[in-house]
Amino acid sequence: MNGGVYVGMPAFPEAAEAAVRDEVLRGNLRHATGTIRARRAAAVAELSDWAALRAAGAAIKERTLRHLDHYLLQVEERVTAAGGVVHWAADAAEANRIVTDLVRETGEREVVKVKSMATQEIGLNEALAEAGITAYETDLAELIVQLGDDRPSHILVPAIHRNRGEIREIFADRMATWGRPAPDGLTDEPAELAEAARLHLREKFLRARVAVSGANFVVAETGTLAVVESEGNGRMCLTLPETLISVVGIEKIVPTWRDLEVFLQLLPRSSTAERMNPYTSLWTGTTEGDGPRAFHLVLLDNGRSDTLADTVGRQALRCIRCSACLNVCPVYERTGGHAYGSVYPGPIGAILTPQLQGMEDELAASLPYASSLCGACYEVCPVAIDIPDVLVHLRERAANGGAVSRRGTPVRIRPARGHAAERAAMRAAAWAFDRPGALRAAQRLGAATRRLHPRRLPGPGRAWTASRDLPTFPEQSFRDWWTRNRDDRQP
Amino acid sequence: MTTDSRDLILARVRRALVDVPAEEGPADVPVPRDYLTTHSPADPVRTLAENLADYRAVVHHADPAGLPALIADRLAERGTRTLVVPPGLPPEWLSAVVGAPGDPGIAVRVDSATDSPSDLDAADSVLTGCALAVAETGTIVLDGGPDQGRRRITLVPDHHVCVIRAPEQVVDSLPQALPRLDPARPGTWISGPSATSDIELNRVEGVHGPRTLEVILVHI
Amino acid sequence: MRVALFVTCVNDTLYPRTGRAVVALLERLGVTVEFPLGQSCCGQAQFNTGYRREAEPLVARFGRVFEGFDYVVTPSGSCTAMVRENYPRVGSRARAEGRGEALARVADSVVPRTLELTEFLVDVLGVTDVGAYYPHRVTYHPTCHGLRMLGLGERPYRLLRAVRGLELVELPGAEECCGFGGTFAVKNAAVSAAMGADKARAVVETGASAVCTVDNSCQMHIGGTLSRMGAAVRPVHIAEILASTEEEIW
Repeated sequence: MNGGVYVGMPAFPEAAEAAVRDEVLRGNLRHATGTIRARRAAAVAELSDWAALRAAGAAIKERTLRHLDHYLLQVEERVTAAGGVVHWAADAAEANRIVTDLVRETGEREVVKVKSMATQEIGLNEALAEAGITAYETDLAELIVQLGDDRPSHILVPAIHRNRGEIREIFADRMATWGRPAPDGLTDEPAELAEAARLHLREKFLRARVAVSGANFVVAETGTLAVVESEGNGRMCLTLPETLISVVGIEKIVPTWRDLEVFLQLLPRSSTAERMNPYTSLWTGTTEGDGPRAFHLVLLDNGRSDTLADTVGRQALRCIRCSACLNVCPVYERTGGHAYGSVYPGPIGAILTPQLQGMEDELAASLPYASSLCGACYEVCPVAIDIPDVLVHLRERAANGGAVSRRGTPVRIRPARGHAAERAAMRAAAWAFDRPGALRAAQRLGAATRRLHPRRLPGPGRAWTASRDLPTFPEQSFRDWWTRNRDDRQP
Repeated sequence: MTTDSRDLILARVRRALVDVPAEEGPADVPVPRDYLTTHSPADPVRTLAENLADYRAVVHHADPAGLPALIADRLAERGTRTLVVPPGLPPEWLSAVVGAPGDPGIAVRVDSATDSPSDLDAADSVLTGCALAVAETGTIVLDGGPDQGRRRITLVPDHHVCVIRAPEQVVDSLPQALPRLDPARPGTWISGPSATSDIELNRVEGVHGPRTLEVILVHI
Repeated sequence: MRVALFVTCVNDTLYPRTGRAVVALLERLGVTVEFPLGQSCCGQAQFNTGYRREAEPLVARFGRVFEGFDYVVTPSGSCTAMVRENYPRVGSRARAEGRGEALARVADSVVPRTLELTEFLVDVLGVTDVGAYYPHRVTYHPTCHGLRMLGLGERPYRLLRAVRGLELVELPGAEECCGFGGTFAVKNAAVSAAMGADKARAVVETGASAVCTVDNSCQMHIGGTLSRMGAAVRPVHIAEILASTEEEIW
């Protein structure tokens, strides 16, 4: 793991090519994303003021980001005043060190975890394991991934690539090695699978003394954290243990308590297509006699301040991790999340990963191209992140290099590998298009040789003709037709 | 050390924001709030009941006089043997449960901070009030008030009976709910019983929290 | 009213019929169309692939060539979207990079005047029945740029429903991208082909004899996929349907 990219993964096109051939995966994804798309659309249509909520959500995040230093200090002050301890982590290694030390100080060797993208991003479970501490994932999908020794493939539903039959197999085979075995005769009925997870995890919740979470929102004016969930595993982790450690990206802040009225309408409808998710927990520091006695907030940068430095790419930090863009993306639907090779898959991952971790890596540099720019992601994004615009902006960086911020320092990066021929072709095309005479000559050459054009092209053109026939080259271009037939009428 | 990282991160953030004019304050970034403060349900209590039921909560109605009997009836139906209640639960709510003729033999455990999670796990049901409820989203909000208790008591037992006083505790919408809540208190928002969308992205009820949520709307 | 046709480089080079259909249609509706020969390409492929600077001369050219026209009509959703959505970005980014106001001025000048064909017909000419006749079963694929960037909405459907003889059949999953995506089609050819195959199957299952779009670049992909599958469905640009009459079917 390196800032959210899994080490040793191939670039997107190769991984995607393998994924689209996997018929089971395609079927699982088509079924799951098809289900949620229709439901999300219905949940959103219930609110006549959705567009206004979306505009407010985007603006609140914009306000936060443009004054993030102010809000970070406010969070620190309010959380501390409420009995919490605030830690600052510049990168993944530092965050892991802080959490590991905090767990060690409790003397415990195991922690229960609420599903958290931030801790995925920093590879916390692996870091804890190296320190001899076992982290138990308690979200159902995370449990499926952990038991299956698998990788998450979706932000909200990390095991979306698994169907119920596969989940049954994983539970039956693997639960016993991690704790309470799956019930005998477990079927693939979703309710039974959920029951198996309930039984398996209950003993862990009841004995847990340390929990690790993320947070969906941190309210600056009150120091309140919010975790939005469905199953109750979050509530278990947030209320039963004696020590709670929350690792939260610095962009998760919202300025005011009132702002929650916007995001708690936008998030559930966008992510699980519900009017409201079953459980939302809100806590401010510690409360005497209720819940953890020690609360630690770890504020994580890990590339976020670098992302903030890019005035076009900055909007990616508005993301509230709802997954609507994944669910609606035709590319994601066909490749699944693993092809993106990073913790954040799908359209948002394609703009977040290259910014958080840089584009020097071949995989990260390939992600901005993992889109047909169809715009469905932007349309559904509850905080109006113009993902296609940021994708194009990052393509520019891959193609040309340029000035970026890395760990807070301005640097110039070189073009990503493999763009030289493309750049030459784009320049040549632009040159010809800026000289209509040259364009016309090329068209005439094409028309004159039309009977000689092969049906299947060599070289880069093969990528087109492998699955598609080429159009027949016309006998004359439009401009030639116009000149011969109509030009007398030109003023 | 994290003190250094604090300064480092703040410095990075400030450097990243060089495009923001020095004279611009947070309040200068406009936030349009022309969304609705309520979607104006004609009958909020009824909308609340419908939305709760839509997410598989079991909804009952009672008048104040009938509440104790209804509570006793729900617990008897469930077969509850041990009931957890918060310390500040109105005693009359239990008047038909405890000491009534034909006492069903329910042990009532008043929650205390020394009770362990396992003690709670041994309880069959929990009975609480709430801070308020939101009609449009079908949400019950608990804030640790005397009739609600510690957050865990409404979590570990598998059966939660929650009493809402209607209409005084029912608001239309989130924009109406938040100003009525104290951020300093631990909040738990409940919209139906525990559920998951993790298997093929379809909602299934019943994971770690109470799998049965019964809501009693007391019409005052 | 001076109206220029921006035919687009793809139509100019590969689909001249579409350009001729636009001319025939607009003339039938009493509009005099001009075709400035200095036009070439909107720069979409460059811009979308990450070569914004390479697109700049084409943006400048577009501004020069179409100066003085009241409307620039384009039979392409994506090229219209390039002008309307991305020219302002080209302008503002050049300005932010300290390279002057010229490109921003081009954007200010051409954006409000550049219309996709169906917008021009419905919004400017105020017609939905253009007097066309096209005796075929047709399904309509709303291309992504037309649908989501331009918000063409009902316009193409209203125009098609008014065509005599035409039976419009609904395309399941119509709003989903066909998988063309410009250079995406070759950079991520496997995914593009999978999307194209799904779209082509959906088209075939409608039983239509023609699939209609407002964009021949998407059509090149859909049509090429249909042709490779051996399907008999004909890709046709909406201009060719609207230009068709009892006397001449395009």
